[in-house]
Amino acid sequence: MNIAVCVKHIPDPNLPGELDGERLKREGVQGVLDPGDEFGVEAGLQLKEAHGGEVTLVSMGPAAALEAVRRGLSMGADKGVLVTDDALRGADALTTARVLAAAITKAGDFDLVIAGVESTDGYTGTMPSSLAEFLGLPQLTFVKSLEGAEGSIKVNRQTAEGYHIVESPLPALISVTAGVNEPRYASFKGIMAAKKKPVEQWSLADLELSSDDVTVNQSVSNIGKAEARQAGEVVEDDGSGAARIADFLKEAKVI
Amino acid sequence: MAKVWVFAEVHGGKVDSTALEILTRARDLEGAEVEAVALGPGATDAAGPLGEHGAAVVYASDDDVYGDYVAQPATEALHQLVQEHSPELVLFAANYDSRDIAGRLSAKTGSTLMSNVSAIHDLKTAQHAMFGGSTLVDVTLEGSPKLVLVRPKSFEAAPSGGQAEVVKVDVPIGDELKKAKRLERHEEATTGPKLEEAPVVISGGRGLQDPGNFELLDQLASSIGNTAVGATRAVVDSGWVPYAMQIGQTGTTVKPNVYLAFGISGATQHIVGMKGAKKIVAVNKDEEAPIFQIADLGIVGDALKILPQLIEEVKSRKG
Repeated sequence: MNIAVCVKHIPDPNLPGELDGERLKREGVQGVLDPGDEFGVEAGLQLKEAHGGEVTLVSMGPAAALEAVRRGLSMGADKGVLVTDDALRGADALTTARVLAAAITKAGDFDLVIAGVESTDGYTGTMPSSLAEFLGLPQLTFVKSLEGAEGSIKVNRQTAEGYHIVESPLPALISVTAGVNEPRYASFKGIMAAKKKPVEQWSLADLELSSDDVTVNQSVSNIGKAEARQAGEVVEDDGSGAARIADFLKEAKVI
Repeated sequence: MAKVWVFAEVHGGKVDSTALEILTRARDLEGAEVEAVALGPGATDAAGPLGEHGAAVVYASDDDVYGDYVAQPATEALHQLVQEHSPELVLFAANYDSRDIAGRLSAKTGSTLMSNVSAIHDLKTAQHAMFGGSTLVDVTLEGSPKLVLVRPKSFEAAPSGGQAEVVKVDVPIGDELKKAKRLERHEEATTGPKLEEAPVVISGGRGLQDPGNFELLDQLASSIGNTAVGATRAVVDSGWVPYAMQIGQTGTTVKPNVYLAFGISGATQHIVGMKGAKKIVAVNKDEEAPIFQIADLGIVGDALKILPQLIEEVKSRKG
């Protein structure tokens, strides 16, 4: 089973986010492989272990995004592709999907494309389905568990009230939730091996796309501060904490 | 006048409540001619509530194909309708099926798609929040149709008493679009009021230490009454409680009168889903926990110690 896994390099989500003009500051900040994508890489590796084949990581981002690709390679993926182009600064989810679709098509024939449900930084959650449409693939999104077989895939797809069991022939695209598996740690051996694994770096021209193909039709017209909620009283529990909460509930007329 | 469409999900014959919230906002937009699209079993009946909330026309099909297969048939039908009627703006709820359909439609039409919207200013400007809701960003969209995914609970639904004309949708769906098939539907049974409707919500995070301790939240909920229990993404991901209980950016958005957070640090992911509560009470061991910055009452202490005491306090005060 040949698998493409989409990975994104994002500002470390454990650090407070900052704006750089109108956008999330990405340059000069500590970057990591999106923690949500580790689940996608792990899902790809588990399917490869069960069914054979190769796992290819596909990413779009600045040159620094190579670090995220290497991180996925050190977990055990076989090779990587990184699309880097100045014209892609500020790309939206639709543009990202268009570029990744072109990169995946160029990179080979895949039975399965895997993405995280949403990135941790932009969290639009629409890139995987746009990508599926560009690739002409069915999509099994919001996957919380999966079972691959020869020529088909069956998943538990999260819904608001529970889950649905969805099955599709391959090729297909899936988007995985955090919690679909337990991503492995990169071993020292894996980290060393990753340095020698092939990573192709492509520009838009390599994908036969032009800057017209990546025009973004949205622009920021205003940035403001939300009215901040005032912090109330914070007290140490000296044994009266429960009583204080009960008083509060009484005052709010819920008891 | 410009056509503004609301894509309404229908589940189990019932229209998704977020569609009614969005219609309520859409009908007040200047220059908007508001219509809705509903696909799948129950769509025609959904025209009732959709009309009452402001849709003049509902494009509907009760065909099973829209419920049986994920995203592709609905995208195909919506795409054909969009080509035929040229809406200026298509509004979707930021729910599972709609996110999928909006994403695919965006690729088909090449039109811009804005996500996580919490306010709509006019036919081309909408707002989303960053950094847990502390920063609000207005975005202007170009081209048509503009596609917008609106977070649930961004608006309050209110009927205006209209009646919609139903236009039957009849779009042929080829076999190539019938791939990702729903084989089974499982609903996780919940007792008590629904999370998004309950006037009081109690939720727990990692600080509860063990899945068994969620029982304490259930006990507190039943002693207060008319109270729902939720959870953070961290504990849902760990498999402690079902996803249906997740409150946050992914998960349910709640706006109760009182929100009680036990053992929750207050990650952005969680805050986004509950900061609209009228009053917030938080209990956490860590006095630096971000949740205290938005809590009306914060208790620095052990949730597992306070919960049993609180259950007794509530019982005794209710007599």
